[in-house]
Amino acid sequence: MFLSMNWICDFVDLEGLDKVDLIHRFSLSTAEVENEIFFKGSDLKGVVVAEIKSVEEHPESKKLHLLKVDTGKEELTDVVCGAPNVRVGMKTAFAQIGAQIGDITISPRKLAGYTSYGMCCSESEIGLSDDHSGIMEITDDIPNGTDIKDVYDIDDIVFEVDNKSLTNRPDLWGHYGIAREFAALAGRPLREMETDDLTVYSELPPVDLKIEDHLCKRYSSIKVENISRTVSPVNIRIRLFYCGMRAINFLADLTNYLMLEMGQPMHAFDARRVDKIRIKRFPEPFKFTTLDEVERNIDENTLMICNDNTPVAIAGIMGGFDSEIKEDTTTLALESANFDAACIRKSTVRLSHRTDASMRYEKSLDPEMTVPAIGRFLYLLKKYDGGVKVVSSLTDEYAEKFPPVTIDFDQAFVDRYTGIKIDGDTIIKTLCGLGFKAERDGDNFRVDVPSWRITKDVTMKADIIEEITRIYGYDNFDVHTALSPLYPIRETETKTDEEKIKDLLVKRFSLHEVHSYVWVYNDEQKALGIPVEENIKLANATNPNIETLRRSMIPTQLCQVRTNVSYSNDFGIFEIGRVVKGVDDNNLCIEKKMLGITLFSKTNSIKDQYFRLRDMLAAIADDVKHRELSFVTTEAEHCYEHPVNYNRILIDGTDIGYIAMVHPTVGKNIDKKGNVVFAEIDVDKFASVSVNALVYDEPSKYPAIEYDLSLDLPSDTMYCDLISCWEDDGTDLLKNVSVVDTYDTELVHRITVRFEFVSADRTLSSAEVQEIIDRITANLTKIGVRIKTA
Amino acid sequence: MDERIQKLKERFEKEISEKKDLSDIDSIRVSYLGKKGSITALLKGMKELDAENRKVFGADVNKLKEYAAKRIEARMEEFRRRQIELEIASMPKFDITAPAAKTMGSYHPITLVQRQCETIFKSMGFTVEDYPEVVTDYECFESVNIPKHHPARDMQDTYYLENGQLLKSQTSAAQNAILRKYGPALKEKGVPIKAIFPGRCFRNEATDASHENTFFQMEGMMVDKNISISNLIYFMKTMLSEVFRKDIKVRLRPGFFPFVEPGFELDISCLICGGKGCPSCKHSGWLELCPCGMIHPNVLREGGIDPDEYTGFAFGLGLTRLAMMKYGIKDIRDLNSGSLKVLSQFTDDE
Repeated sequence: MFLSMNWICDFVDLEGLDKVDLIHRFSLSTAEVENEIFFKGSDLKGVVVAEIKSVEEHPESKKLHLLKVDTGKEELTDVVCGAPNVRVGMKTAFAQIGAQIGDITISPRKLAGYTSYGMCCSESEIGLSDDHSGIMEITDDIPNGTDIKDVYDIDDIVFEVDNKSLTNRPDLWGHYGIAREFAALAGRPLREMETDDLTVYSELPPVDLKIEDHLCKRYSSIKVENISRTVSPVNIRIRLFYCGMRAINFLADLTNYLMLEMGQPMHAFDARRVDKIRIKRFPEPFKFTTLDEVERNIDENTLMICNDNTPVAIAGIMGGFDSEIKEDTTTLALESANFDAACIRKSTVRLSHRTDASMRYEKSLDPEMTVPAIGRFLYLLKKYDGGVKVVSSLTDEYAEKFPPVTIDFDQAFVDRYTGIKIDGDTIIKTLCGLGFKAERDGDNFRVDVPSWRITKDVTMKADIIEEITRIYGYDNFDVHTALSPLYPIRETETKTDEEKIKDLLVKRFSLHEVHSYVWVYNDEQKALGIPVEENIKLANATNPNIETLRRSMIPTQLCQVRTNVSYSNDFGIFEIGRVVKGVDDNNLCIEKKMLGITLFSKTNSIKDQYFRLRDMLAAIADDVKHRELSFVTTEAEHCYEHPVNYNRILIDGTDIGYIAMVHPTVGKNIDKKGNVVFAEIDVDKFASVSVNALVYDEPSKYPAIEYDLSLDLPSDTMYCDLISCWEDDGTDLLKNVSVVDTYDTELVHRITVRFEFVSADRTLSSAEVQEIIDRITANLTKIGVRIKTA
Repeated sequence: MDERIQKLKERFEKEISEKKDLSDIDSIRVSYLGKKGSITALLKGMKELDAENRKVFGADVNKLKEYAAKRIEARMEEFRRRQIELEIASMPKFDITAPAAKTMGSYHPITLVQRQCETIFKSMGFTVEDYPEVVTDYECFESVNIPKHHPARDMQDTYYLENGQLLKSQTSAAQNAILRKYGPALKEKGVPIKAIFPGRCFRNEATDASHENTFFQMEGMMVDKNISISNLIYFMKTMLSEVFRKDIKVRLRPGFFPFVEPGFELDISCLICGGKGCPSCKHSGWLELCPCGMIHPNVLREGGIDPDEYTGFAFGLGLTRLAMMKYGIKDIRDLNSGSLKVLSQFTDDE
């Protein structure tokens, strides 16, 4: 919203103060002001009122005219002018030789053989409006040669306030409310607004008016006839233009002017078409043409202003085409009303039509404002159009008032909340300056909140703190630390585990951490041939490509791997992210925090990749939990997992996830030559596993004996099936078992196992060791393992 | 000298000079100096000599023995040296000026910035909390003073799910749960609530270089008796100076957020120009950084904390924005792209 400093100064005397500085203070204390401040008129000098005394056609040009103009000097000035609206006797704005308009300095200039000693200006050229259809026509009686800046309010400081920062301040949507803030900031009084005395019309017949819907809080109206003026005074048009509105006609301009001044939207109906005002909603949808000649769909929730049963305006949003002020309108019915904010806001959204009026109504305007606005409107109307006649009494239906708000607080509350000392007199002065009625009894305060603040933002003690502190100025605060007691804090298991996992994967295994989206991108997954798993969907996604939440990190990562195949021949990615596994019995989402790891390689075999990933997972378990993982081969669950190499991962008996190779079909869609393996771990389940305490094992002083056995395993037997063959033996001399080699073909699964024996108190004899080995081999033979002594 | 000794010496000389490497030398030692070696055999034949000759003979054999041992040792040394020389000569000169292999993994930039912030807060006694991404309407709105039909709900374009839950549009969704989690310790033992809660947030909007539907925020709050606006300003200034590792000027402007009262927009002095005005701060000298304020009494009450007894402040830092500022990332979409051309560069904190 653009604001005019001249307009503000109608209501508060800021003489002698640095206005730009005040604007900056306003930004820090009230609402955000955009950076650029406009100094209107600063680039306009030497433009005077001049009268056209003669007009001759240019002999060689159809467009140009040769004028003689009276600029108040003894001699007339020769001017060549191309404007179509020149005529003898017309007064206009004239830039004399030496005048400045923007970057241009006016000098004598030859045009098609004739010299022009100055320039007649359009309103657009001198920045008063966007009208450049012809030169400005000055109808006011002003002596020729008068500088136009002496008669019109061209010099002004205009600034823009970010509308978003006024969301909770319905009182700041007009210059009067803004002026109140400036008055409080400057410590100067706010002037009362000059209004027409409405009581004198009380004997006149009322307007036929009835609120038939509770969404209309108040509706005030009055009828005026004998309106003759059609074009607004220049100063009014300048202000409208500076504040971003276009002048239309006098009555429409005046309603807009009122809205910009008081924040109260108004509407002028042609009284010939509106004489029985009813406010209501209609049960059936219908079409309605607004004054911008757009046909709009009105539904059963949209509040309408009607002439009896005929809709004439969408309440709070826009008037109708049929009932608007026309060229020949002489009698008007004025609307100054208040509507339910939420209703207007929702209608605006439904109609996708936001207007200056609806923007204000949806902020919860003060209903007390409707009648003073009519008083102000009549005051201005009479001022600029002396012959008007009020033909009805002020008719005011006030259906719903906001209850008054009184707030009690004490000095201690202010001290505690602010942390600084703001004395009682300052508190009272600040609040009174903002229009609050504030009383003080020692350390106790009682405050009546003014009507323009109770509709929304000031309802309790904490709100009063804001009023006091923002005017006091946050830059003036003495800042100091809190003096709270100290207590130790501890991180959650999940958090510490997550950080350790990230460090391990990045620092030790050179993986790259990625982020992704919690939903499935249909097209990307389709390209890999992975159907979207049935899951809970977004209810209001605007992008049709995203609708379903993901159940697993892996399809997401496979898509990401695919986009990275050109990055490197060999890389791995991981993410700790969320998945949703459907809903529970209470229809609430089952959200899981998962670690997904996916490795891609064109250089390593898929077997090497698979073991590399296994080793990473083992390292995580070992490093974070000091535990070993176990694996159980089961059937793959999803089409993107390899039917043969899919293993559940267990730690301390808890299933925490799985490791798998990619299914070749999906793998080839990612890259024809790349190998892909992946794993997914439930982070919370992993975190819930306790950490094995670190136990120190004194190394033996005696030499260890190593013994290798090469074992041919029967099909379907895996290393994990062998462990009991030595663990069940119960010897405490076997210190370590490791696999030193594996050899796999379709027919043979051979592994070489190294046993390490050591005693804490003596050197072992080979006979002793052989005895144990014999027992182990006997056990192995029992389960069908063929021993090939190394 | 005995002829036998002389001959043996000559034969030894000949043989040792014919040997070509270390392994051959050992056979010479065995054949001359070993228990059954030729020199040892000479000594065995001494008993046939008379005492006089035996003495001379013995001395000569011993000389030969010493000589052979030295000669063998010298020859071995020569071979060792030659072997090392050979090894050196056969070693190519490697060019390690060629670029080193890139084996560094990388953290997501959000992780890096988040860790920095967490470290700072932890050093000031804050606990770090995690929170789900799918939340209820109550958590995200009702509990933080945004009742149904409140205009603030229009301000945020929220992703709703079929079951009525939603993807959290703000980290404030965790406020209520955190107040309830730590409220008892506050009330019973006087332990102040000091918590930060970083997390993913979602907004249903079209994406472009500066808009994302999925981004990270970090909310923080502190609740105790007598927490004041003055404390809030102090705290924000201290914390942000740590985050940016230089003395930051802050200023507060009134800002409207339903969960705080009073609410503020916090600006920091421009990081580029220090406040003089430059294109990146639109010549104002200030950057709008984060919303903050005193926790709204309704929010405290809803979290089971009496607003007449306790006060607190809360703030919301845009971690995504912070990461972009810190690393000069221009397109916000790069962060969720999974593109390793972008992400692999973030190998470590600095």
